Amino acid sequence: MNETRKTIRPKAKAPRSARAQAANPGETRAVNEAGFMARAWAMEVDAAERYATLADAMEEHNNREVAELFRKLARIEQLHADRILEEHLSRRPPALPPGGLQWDRGAEGPETADPGELHYRMQPYHALEIALACEQRACEYFARIARSGAVPAVRKAAKEMAAEEAEHVRLIEDWLKRTPAPRKDWAHDPDPPVDID
Amino acid sequence: MSIATATAAPITAQAFKSDCKPVWCPGCGDYSVLSSVTKAFAMLELRPENVAVVSGIGCSSRIPAYTSCYGFHGVHGRALAAATGLKVARPDLTVIAAGGDGDGYSIGGNHFLHACRRNVDMTYVVMDNHVYGMTKGQPSPTTEPDWDSKLSPGGTGLRTFHPLVIALAAGANFIARGFSGDPNGTARLIADAMRNPGFSFVEILSPCVTLRPEQREWKNAVRPAPVGATDDPARAARRLMTDDGFNIGVLYVGSRKPYQPPAAKTLQRLADLEAQFAI
Repeated sequence: MNETRKTIRPKAKAPRSARAQAANPGETRAVNEAGFMARAWAMEVDAAERYATLADAMEEHNNREVAELFRKLARIEQLHADRILEEHLSRRPPALPPGGLQWDRGAEGPETADPGELHYRMQPYHALEIALACEQRACEYFARIARSGAVPAVRKAAKEMAAEEAEHVRLIEDWLKRTPAPRKDWAHDPDPPVDID
Repeated sequence: MSIATATAAPITAQAFKSDCKPVWCPGCGDYSVLSSVTKAFAMLELRPENVAVVSGIGCSSRIPAYTSCYGFHGVHGRALAAATGLKVARPDLTVIAAGGDGDGYSIGGNHFLHACRRNVDMTYVVMDNHVYGMTKGQPSPTTEPDWDSKLSPGGTGLRTFHPLVIALAAGANFIARGFSGDPNGTARLIADAMRNPGFSFVEILSPCVTLRPEQREWKNAVRPAPVGATDDPARAARRLMTDDGFNIGVLYVGSRKPYQPPAAKTLQRLADLEAQFAI
């Protein structure tokens, strides 16, 4: 039994989500362009909903600056989803399997942020780092399909989507450059939650 | 997986979420557990009006308010008692009890044992963060003995409670462990638990990043259980006794018949009810 189990101590710098590091061999579930675009749409909707949840969480904890940034990211992802719907899916939301789509990585959609990355004292810079990781995963996801053995129409659509996501990566990188980097002690709380007098 | 163009709106996981915004800390694992629970409901194609979520007290026990199902936010440690009563009285409902490690293993520890033993057809989801979060960081039954904090200087030195072994010994019919950082995998575990007749227990490692920031490392510690579920309690016991607490998956699936008392007759007259209390 775990009688001898010890508390896991944090490393100096927590690595990014294991999800982001996981290998994810070619994902070619979509057999036609409509199916592929339905997956792309679902991915954007999931990302938008997650950013909205993260915004709610930060707002609840009075970190309004980060909340507003997540809210903005949610709007951007929703706009992207709406555009996919309008341009590729005849404005009709696709019916998804009960419980949502399954992804090869076995977790959530490539562009969905991990709520475990949040911190109550986080700053806009951290939120943008999370967004950057999401966009990079989305870009890799589409690029992988573009390189896969999928039908040509899917590969072409995936290439276009990968280019769009690559543009988003660049935009977030620029945004990050314009955002003040946090001080090393950003997480220090002079009134930490665990202290009780 | 096929995707058809919609003709009618399907019930999505989102439809099982209420308009009430969670007040959990940013980074709390319980957000993902809420997502997993609602995904499991959607996977099973349930309807909110046919599901009841019952809880006790604690951060994670706020979960009924965040779903659109029927909910009961009960008293500390009594989620399983209330859920048992509800399921016995309304076997047509899908009943989920949920809560944390303090609520379930300490204050509600006795109910946990007997819920496993009774084997009523319901699912118990425990969001285990090895700490009392709502009351600011006291050690819970699953806190490691060496966890040093201002409230437990030098650690408690007490051996940890092992909920999966206890559940097995007490008679739970389905035992699994999930991790909040794997929300889709956890959704599948919960759905499997709900499909399995009898008392199903799903322990979910759900980090409290505010009071126990070191738990952010859990995502690097968890791994899929090396072997699949067994229906042999002796084998399951051996496996769980050597478990380090980070194996994820379905670990035991039994075949005990669920307990369900015969439905009581509907009484037509008050006198008939009074007669039942006659000494």
